[in-house]
Amino acid sequence: MTAAGNAAAVIDAGRPLQGGRRLPLTWLGAVPFLAYVGLFLLLPTVIVVAGAFVDKNGSVNLSELQTLNQPYVVKAYMSSVLLSVESALIGAVAGALLAYVIATGNPQGLLRRTVTSAAGVLAQFGGVTLAFAFIATIGGAGFLRVFLLDHGIDIYPGNIWLYDLPGLIVVYLYFQIPLMVLVFLPALDGIRPQWREATESLGGNAWHYWRYVAGPLLAPAFLGATLLLFANSFSAYATAAALINQGNPIVPLAIGNLIQSEVGLSDPGQAKALALGMIVIVAVVMISYSVLQRRTARWLQ
Amino acid sequence: MKAGRARFQVFRAVMLVLFGAFFLVPIGAMFEFSTRGTGIAAPRTWAAWTSILTYPDLTNAIVASLELCVITSILMVILLLPTMVWVRLRLPRLRGVIEFICLLPLTIPAIVLIVGLVPIYYFMALNISDNILTLSLAYVILVLPYAYRSMDVGLAAIDVKTLTEAARSLGASWPTVMARIIVPNIRVAILNALLLSVALVLGEFTFANLLSYVNLQVAIAQLGRANAGVSISTAVASLLFAFVLLMVISFVGRRRPPSLAAAATDPQYLTSGQRT
Repeated sequence: MTAAGNAAAVIDAGRPLQGGRRLPLTWLGAVPFLAYVGLFLLLPTVIVVAGAFVDKNGSVNLSELQTLNQPYVVKAYMSSVLLSVESALIGAVAGALLAYVIATGNPQGLLRRTVTSAAGVLAQFGGVTLAFAFIATIGGAGFLRVFLLDHGIDIYPGNIWLYDLPGLIVVYLYFQIPLMVLVFLPALDGIRPQWREATESLGGNAWHYWRYVAGPLLAPAFLGATLLLFANSFSAYATAAALINQGNPIVPLAIGNLIQSEVGLSDPGQAKALALGMIVIVAVVMISYSVLQRRTARWLQ
Repeated sequence: MKAGRARFQVFRAVMLVLFGAFFLVPIGAMFEFSTRGTGIAAPRTWAAWTSILTYPDLTNAIVASLELCVITSILMVILLLPTMVWVRLRLPRLRGVIEFICLLPLTIPAIVLIVGLVPIYYFMALNISDNILTLSLAYVILVLPYAYRSMDVGLAAIDVKTLTEAARSLGASWPTVMARIIVPNIRVAILNALLLSVALVLGEFTFANLLSYVNLQVAIAQLGRANAGVSISTAVASLLFAFVLLMVISFVGRRRPPSLAAAATDPQYLTSGQRT
């Protein structure tokens, strides 16, 4: 606002006769776009945030937010966080490992190009198709399941965990690992061989190098990427919805059930309260992510 | 030293095989599953593939999804491109704001956005239209980040200001400038944006499902409960289609294949409270 004010003042000073008229007309060019995103992006967000503070009778209070105390909601949040932490940690470690394998290879090689473009596609792979891929692989009649069963290995000694939280962790890894590769590879590329040589010429061994040189340098990037993976898994709905048909063990599924009218249990107010909780968690995680990324960017350049 | 290097090569090879298996086996398993015959010793069959078009629910959904792709793409270009050009030329102060808004859908989870969209769509269904094609209005928001990133790269590569001023001084109108100067110069970027949008709309499930519209993915999910073979073959077909589109991008673009995720993970653009 102050920038706009200053600019107007400058134009007024230079061209007293035109200044007042030109500026508003120029702004008109951005109006269609701003109106559109206002209607379909900002308004929905406002509806969620504001709606969480309005009860069923339309008065402003915290009654909808108190539904966050309900045992099933608390449980859903715990499961969501647990699922996201586990899939983020496993995805980050596995993805970093794969990125390291790529980074130590030929930078112009076929392997690197194949893996990075495949990662670009797979990181966005999700939803129904992904769920089906794993049902076809390790579902009750899945290819791998049947194959292993023929060889005397039962991957489901107790229950079929594919359709539960452990299954979601495995399935989410399918897009978490590629995402980690995409985010972490630039950091690994920033590591210079000279640093290792310097460590060795000072008498350090591989452990010293990883503990005192590469480790501390890569830590912020690794942590930041893990946070991104957390947010990625925490926000995911489609894959879980396609895989899990009953109950609402995680927050996105709980929200889905609350707004789907055909279920008959719809409660938009409560859905908004749950959604607000998600916004807060994702916002905190993503802000930490961008702080860590900026820290990494300092020495990557 | 030599032994260490050999050991490392073995470690690399083992890792690559393990990761390769994790990512390729599920895709292969889908093919395997969709060509199974009914019965224990039944021979391989393409029935699940050839019968895709015999399910009216499925064909309707395929048509609807393709229409959604077209409408979303057109809307996206009409809405975004003139705004981006105008902002570059006349409203440079607004550029940060536009960029922030365009990348916001990466930060706000789709499942959150849909909670706020339900009342808006309810209102539209009552007062304007409840056609499935209204979904494209919300899809434009979903594709914004990817379209913005793609077209921003394209516009950065040309001198928009000089080109526009030259055309204007020769008497071209603004629509002529857009259609005959800007668009031809950044056609690769526009094509990228279009293909990414199409890939995204074809794979969209969350919005359609929760607004009770049956698009391709919703139809696949519903059919999965009745006929797993056909629904999996359709899923593979849609996956292949999207994959071919992304391959087209990487060939036409002659650059590093642009990826949805690359846009989603660029730290420079993730300064807000965010993602899918």
